[in-house]
Amino acid sequence: MKLTLKYFASLREALGAGGPLEWSPDEAPTAAALRAWLRTQSPAHAQALAPGRAVRVAVDQALADESAPLRDGAEVAFFPPVTGG
Amino acid sequence: MAAARVRIQEADFDLGVELGALQGGRTDIGAVASFTGLVRGHTREDDVSALTLEHYPGMTERAIEAMIVDAEARFGIQAALVIHRVGRLLPGERIVLVAVAAPHRRAAFQACEFLMDYLKTHAPFWKKESTPAGEHWVDARVADDEALQRWGIASGNAPGGQGGGSHGG
Repeated sequence: MKLTLKYFASLREALGAGGPLEWSPDEAPTAAALRAWLRTQSPAHAQALAPGRAVRVAVDQALADESAPLRDGAEVAFFPPVTGG
Repeated sequence: MAAARVRIQEADFDLGVELGALQGGRTDIGAVASFTGLVRGHTREDDVSALTLEHYPGMTERAIEAMIVDAEARFGIQAALVIHRVGRLLPGERIVLVAVAAPHRRAAFQACEFLMDYLKTHAPFWKKESTPAGEHWVDARVADDEALQRWGIASGNAPGGQGGGSHGG
């Protein structure tokens, strides 16, 4: 499936801003499955997206649970807890 | 429609101009409440020489717009404006303006606080502090999630809080 991946703040510094991604999931495509697969892509990914790290997810520009299913063409963003205001 | 009611910008804003535009010459508005957030030069740990703010273009505007729609339904406000600055800001500079107009003061005060509590925990902005010890990303605070929970909205933005990373709102 085709996805658009985005990273922000400390995750952007560690992994870059993201971009188009071709992903062939071997399980139901969810944000959690994508995060787990991304961890296998490099040591930097493994560290930045480690299970214990506080990472928030947005799917198609709305905050989502990691269990949210992903559709083909979705925009998926990973970022740390927000700190605006 | 007049100018957008959610604006993300590097430039500063003029409170008098913005509050005047919010009223817009209407005579059915009885109260305008506003909150202005400023960059503090000190935190508990450090002197802060600058803040750098990053956001998620597109999602940030959509998220805040949805918060305003929620505030309209809850409090019956008549108009709202949110301006949030991004980029590098110095101590004393304005970061954020939330302003609401309503027939009476209670709705205006409440909607203003509601929007700030919501924005702090659900709008995708990130702050980086520059201090004598170097630069670091600011940690999210559980107290901000608790502030939103008072409005009956589950919030698990900060790590270690009740929400544990789920977003229920």
